[in-house]
Amino acid sequence: MKSMIFASRNSKELLRDPLNLAFSIGFPLAVLFLFHIIGTNVPESIFVIDSMAPGVAVFGLSFISLFSGTLISKDRTSSFLMRLFTTPLKASDYIVGYILPLLPMAIAQSAVCFIVSFFLGLEISMNVLLALVVLIPAAVLFIGIGLLVGSILNDKQVGGLCGALLTNLSAWLSGAWFDLSLIGGAFEQVAYLLPFAHAVDAARAAISGDYASIFPHLWWVIGYAVVILVVAIVIFRKKMHSDKV
Amino acid sequence: MLSCLISPTSGDALLLGDSIVSNPYAVKEKINVSPQETAVAPNLTIMENLILIAEIYGNDKKTARIKANEMISAFGLAEVERDMAKTLSGGMQRRLSIAMALISDPKILFLDEPTLGLDVLARRELWTAIEKLKGKITIILTTHYMEEAEALSDRIGIMSNGDLKAVGTAAELIAKTDAKNFEDAFVILASEGVVQ
Repeated sequence: MKSMIFASRNSKELLRDPLNLAFSIGFPLAVLFLFHIIGTNVPESIFVIDSMAPGVAVFGLSFISLFSGTLISKDRTSSFLMRLFTTPLKASDYIVGYILPLLPMAIAQSAVCFIVSFFLGLEISMNVLLALVVLIPAAVLFIGIGLLVGSILNDKQVGGLCGALLTNLSAWLSGAWFDLSLIGGAFEQVAYLLPFAHAVDAARAAISGDYASIFPHLWWVIGYAVVILVVAIVIFRKKMHSDKV
Repeated sequence: MLSCLISPTSGDALLLGDSIVSNPYAVKEKINVSPQETAVAPNLTIMENLILIAEIYGNDKKTARIKANEMISAFGLAEVERDMAKTLSGGMQRRLSIAMALISDPKILFLDEPTLGLDVLARRELWTAIEKLKGKITIILTTHYMEEAEALSDRIGIMSNGDLKAVGTAAELIAKTDAKNFEDAFVILASEGVVQ
């Protein structure tokens, strides 16, 4: 129950920051509209809405790491977390409290992306709901990255790492903006060693109704999500008992 | 260490009968801390900050709100109770921070340099608030201001390089060192390492 009290506080902190809303909803939608305009002039399959929407949804999720990382980092550097560490909250309360509010935010963010995509030509079908479910492991992965970096870096470093590096990685190495096979070689191999391209491909498979192709990709994302989340939890718990919160 | 933020490398301490090593959560139920930095939730209102802490210490919503109102009244925060904490002045944030530390009715209150960075008026206001608490709960206050230690404390412990050099009232420590005032007594005790 105490975890819910803390989760409620974290929800308010996140939702009351206008920059969070602008970046989580506004920026991905701007990219979606931009790609749609390009797609009307350039007949590339990557710009077809069925292919574009899942890519932009994954790109949008990368901002979740920025928000969660910044929140945790600011809580650490402002001593707010130190104050809470002296209260009867337990380690599980913090972890649930930080993760729980972000999951519905991430799902809502992807849902907004797909709803806007309906107006750009995406077919309304149950496959879109399936894509939302398929994107949950990716959301957990990005939340885990935020928890990890927020536990060890200050908010400026989190901004640099998640706001610049991670968002670019998830854009360029996910196949969201262009077909990875166009570059091929080592670039494509590296991209498929990371989870972002797999997240996009799994969501695209869901949207297109190619259900058999979802899981090979989703296992990659689930694997990364579990490992990152476990590492993040271990480091956060270690920080709790460290003299340098 | 006493507030259970870090574990001792060896030994133990009992706070009102509970061990900080074997039963830290029992200790945490009895204490509260106002850290050196104001440590408030910036996008929560004053009321929400207070309710948050009250609920974390096990109060239901109704009780938490009643206690929050009591704190708001006691610390003169009524005019800003709906404002977000990040919009408050440094002095007001400090008052909120101490109110958050008191809302759980702690038996032991840790105040870590509570007047650091405050102007003279805000510092005096806070001194008054702290003096009102004397006799009701145990307060452990850390400070670098000697006049603050002398004005507020019943007993003063002087720490230097992690060692407790001396404990006593301001008058006892002055007498012990034949100093002219308490600041001189502190300098002698801290720099020469006179152990009681």
